[in-house]
Amino acid sequence: MLFHSILFYAFSLVLLGAACGVVFSKNPIHSIMFLVLTFFQAAILWLMAEAEFLAIVLVLVYVGAVMVLFLFVVMMLEVDIEAVKKGMSRYTAPALAIAALMTFELINLIWLRSSDEEVGGNFQPLPEGYDNTKALGEVLYTEHVYAFEIAAVVLLLAIVAAITLTMRKRPNLKVQDISAQVAVQAKDRVRIVKMDAEEKS
Amino acid sequence: MIGLQHYLTLSAMLFVLSIIGIVINRRNLILILMCIELMLLAVNFNFIAFSRYLGDELGQVFVFFILTVAAAEAAIGLAILVVLFRNKRSINVQELNEMKG
Amino acid sequence: MYNYYLTIVLAPLIAAIVTGLFGKQVGRAGAHGLTILGVGLSCALSFVVLYQMVWGGASPENISVYTWAVTDGLRMEVGFLVDRLSALMMCVVTFVSLMVHIYTIGYMHDDPGYQRFFSYISLFTFSMLMLVMSNNFLQLFFGWEAVGLVSYLLIGFWYKKETAIFANLKAFLVNRVGDFGFILGIAGVVMLTNSLDYATVFGQADYIAGETLEVIPGTAWNAMTVICILLFIGAMGKSAQAPLHVWLPDSMEGPTPISALIHAATMVTAGIFMVARMSPLYELTTTALSVVIVIGAITAFFMGLLGIVQNDIKRVVAYSTLSQLGYMTVALGASAYSAAIFHLMTHAFFKALLFLAAGSVIIAMHHEQDIRKMGGLKKYMPITYWTALIGSLALIGFPGSAGFFSKDLLIEAVADSHWKGQGAVYWIAYLSVLLGVFVTALYSFRMFFLVFHGEERMDAETKSHLHETPLVVTGPLILLAIPSAVIGWITVEAILFGGFFGDAIVTSAARPDVLQELGSHWHGSLALLLHAPMTPVFWLAAAGVGAAWYLWLKRPDIPEAMHKKFSGLYNLLDRKYYFDDLWIKGFAGGGRSLGNLLWQKGDQTVIDGWLVNGTANTVGRLAGIVRQIQTGYLYTYAFAMIIGLTALLSWLVWFR
Repeated sequence: MLFHSILFYAFSLVLLGAACGVVFSKNPIHSIMFLVLTFFQAAILWLMAEAEFLAIVLVLVYVGAVMVLFLFVVMMLEVDIEAVKKGMSRYTAPALAIAALMTFELINLIWLRSSDEEVGGNFQPLPEGYDNTKALGEVLYTEHVYAFEIAAVVLLLAIVAAITLTMRKRPNLKVQDISAQVAVQAKDRVRIVKMDAEEKS
Repeated sequence: MIGLQHYLTLSAMLFVLSIIGIVINRRNLILILMCIELMLLAVNFNFIAFSRYLGDELGQVFVFFILTVAAAEAAIGLAILVVLFRNKRSINVQELNEMKG
Repeated sequence: MYNYYLTIVLAPLIAAIVTGLFGKQVGRAGAHGLTILGVGLSCALSFVVLYQMVWGGASPENISVYTWAVTDGLRMEVGFLVDRLSALMMCVVTFVSLMVHIYTIGYMHDDPGYQRFFSYISLFTFSMLMLVMSNNFLQLFFGWEAVGLVSYLLIGFWYKKETAIFANLKAFLVNRVGDFGFILGIAGVVMLTNSLDYATVFGQADYIAGETLEVIPGTAWNAMTVICILLFIGAMGKSAQAPLHVWLPDSMEGPTPISALIHAATMVTAGIFMVARMSPLYELTTTALSVVIVIGAITAFFMGLLGIVQNDIKRVVAYSTLSQLGYMTVALGASAYSAAIFHLMTHAFFKALLFLAAGSVIIAMHHEQDIRKMGGLKKYMPITYWTALIGSLALIGFPGSAGFFSKDLLIEAVADSHWKGQGAVYWIAYLSVLLGVFVTALYSFRMFFLVFHGEERMDAETKSHLHETPLVVTGPLILLAIPSAVIGWITVEAILFGGFFGDAIVTSAARPDVLQELGSHWHGSLALLLHAPMTPVFWLAAAGVGAAWYLWLKRPDIPEAMHKKFSGLYNLLDRKYYFDDLWIKGFAGGGRSLGNLLWQKGDQTVIDGWLVNGTANTVGRLAGIVRQIQTGYLYTYAFAMIIGLTALLSWLVWFR
C-alpha cells in the first residue's frame, strides 16, 4: 500500500509538472509534448484507479489522434514563436489570486467538508475476477446503447464539420471536370468549316 | 492509503492550472484549446474517482462520452482555427478582439 | 300626471337631439318647427300642471323615475319633485323659452348656424327643466352643469369671434369656481345624511344643524352653516353674485336671444331657485343667511352703478340683471323666499322682454350695439318702443307694473326682516335695495332715452334702412309685455300671502315670518297701488327717471363734464371695480404663471430633464463604463466566467 501511495504521488507530481509545462512553455511544440506527457501520466493514474479500458482509450485517442492533430496544425500554421514572447497579461495578478482562492476553496471542500460529514474516502477493493472492459462493455452496449450511437453521430458530425470548414475552392486550380468530360459531344469538339478551293496561280 | 480525496485534489489542481493557462495566456489560440483539453482531463479524473469510489461503471461511461465529445471538439476547434488563420494570417489572441458587439 | 312630467322634460330633449344631429336633413324650417313644437308642448303641459296644482287640487308629487346606481346605500336616481314651486318655475322657463324660440326665427334669420342654435336652446330648456323638477341633489347638479354647458356653448356660439371665445371661457371658468363650492356642499350633505334625496335630507335638517364640521383643524363650525355657504357659493357662480359676477356682462357676446333666455330670465335664476328650494336648510343657519343677504345687497347696489357708465345696450341690461339678481338674493337672505321667487318670475318676463327689445333694436341697427350711436328710434320702431317702455317701467317698479309689486314688497320684506335688530347687516341690505331703486331707474331710463329719444346719432346709411322688425320678433315682445304689465297685479296676493308654495318653502318658526307680517297689513293690490306715492321707493324711482331725463336728454353736457371732473370714479366704474383685472390678471394670470413655472421647472427640468432624459443619460453613461469590459478578447470573457465560477464556489463553501 505504501508503495502504491508513493507511486501515486510520484506520478501525480510528474503530471502536475507536465501540466505546468503545457501552460508556461514558450514554444507551442513544447506545450504539445508536455500535454502528451500529461496524458500518459493521467493514463497511468487511471490504471491505478482500475479504470483500465479508459486509460488505454486515453492513450490511443488522445495521444494517438488528437495530439497528433494538434501537432499537425501547429506545424502547418508556422506560428511565429518570437512574436509571442511578450510580457505577462495585465490579468496575471488577479488571475493568480483567483486561482489561489479557487484552489483553497476546492481543497477546503474536498478535505474539510468531507471529513466533517465522515465520508470514508477509501476505494473498496473490487470483487475477484472483475473485468473493467467487460463491465463497461456490458452497460455501454445494453443500457447506454442509445447514447453510444449518438456519440458515433457526434463524431461523424465533427468529421463533416471539420472538412466543411477547412475545404475551400481555390481559383485557377487545374483539375479535371469529369462530368463535363463525360457529357461532351462530337460537335463541341470538331468544327467543320466549308470553303472554296483555291486555284493555283 | 490513496483514496477519493487524493484524486479529487489532483483533479482540482489540474483544473486550476488550466484556468491559469487560459487567463494569462497571451499567445496563440492553440494553447487555449490545449488548456481546455487539460480541464476536461481534470473533469474526467473526478468521474473516474467517483466511479471507482461508488463501484458504479456509469461514471466511466460518462468519461467515455466526454472523451468522444472532446475529440470532436478538438477537431472542430482546430478546423475553425485553420479557417481563422487563413483569413487573418494570425492566431494571436491579442489580435483577435472582434467579439465585442 | 307622470306622463305629463316625462313629456315636459323629454319633448325639448328629443327636439334638440333631432335638430342637433340631423340639422341638414330637417332644414331650417324643420329645425325651428320641431323645437318650437317640443317647447310649445312642454309649455302647454307645464301650464296644465300648474293649473292642476293651483286650482285642480293636485297635491305635490315626489316621483322616482329611474334608479341608475346604488352604491353603499346611496341611491342615485332620476326623479321629479313637482310642487307649486317647481310648477311655477316650469311655466316661467318654458314660456320664456317658447318666446325666445319664436323670436330667434327672426333674429338668427341669416345665420349659418341656425339649426345648431335651435338645438342648443332646446337642449337648454331640457337641462333647465331637469334642474327645477329634480327631487335630488345629483339631478340638481346634473341640470346645474348642463345649463352651464349650454350657456358655454351659446356664449361662444359665434366661435370665430375672438371676444366670444374669451367670454365663454371666462364664464366656464368662473362657474367652475362656484360649482366647486356647490359640489362640496352636496358632498357635505351626503357625508352627513348618506342621501341625495331632498325629502330625506330635509327630514334630517335638524340633525345636520346640530353637527359640527372641522374644515380647518381645530375650528368646529356648524355643519349646516358650512353646507349652506358652500351651496350658496354655487349659487353665486350661477346667479352671478359678487365677486363671481364677472362672467355675466361678458356673456353678452352671445346672440341676444340667449342673453334673454339664459343670462337674464332662467339660468341665472337657478341659484335663487336652489336657495329657495333649500329653504328648510337655510332657515336653520343665521350665519349663512347673513352671508346671503350681504352678498346680495352688495351685488344689487354696486352692479347697478356700473350700468350707468356702460354704452353697450346689452351690457346695460346685463348689469341691471346682476342688480336684480342681487335683489332676489337679498330677499332670500331676509327669509322672504316667496318674494324672491315672485320677483324671479316677474323679472324673467320683463328682463326677457328688455333683452328681446334690445335685440330688436340691434337688428334694426344692423348689429350696432353702442347706445351713443342710436337715438330717436321711437318713430321708426313703435312696437319695440312701447314694449321696451313697459319693460323699463316694470324694471324700475312703476306702480301697477309687475316689477312694482314684486320689488316694492321685496323691499318691504327686507325692511321688516328679522335682521332689523342686527345693525350692520340690516342697514347694508336695506340701504342697498333702497338706493338701488334710484340707480335702477337712472340707468334704465338713461338707456331708454338714449336709444329711443333725443337726436338721431346713427349714420345716414343705417338710418335709411331703419324700420320696425318683423312679426316673429315683435310678436314675442308683445306676448312678454302683457305679463310684464299685469302679472304682478294678478298673482301678487296668491303667491306672496296665500301660502302658495305650501310645504315647498319652509320658514323657521324661530324667526318672525316676514311675509306673514306683511300679509297682516295687506289690503289688496289696489290699496298697495294707492299707497305707492307715499313710499320712498316710488319717489326714488321717480327721481331716477327725472335725473336720467335731465342729464341725458335735457343737458347732455353735464354727464360729459362729470366724466372729466370725476375721472377717478368714472374709471373705477368703467373698469368694473377692477374685478376683471383681479380675476384675469390676478387669479388667471397667477395660475398661468404658476403653470408656466411648473411646466418649465417641474416638467421640462425635473421630469423631462432629470427623470426621463436623466434615466436615459444615466443608462448611457453606465453603459459607456460597462462597455469597457467588452474588450472583444477571448481571455477577458474566460476570465469573467471564471470569476463567476469562483464566486459560485465561494458561496457554496462559505454560505451553505
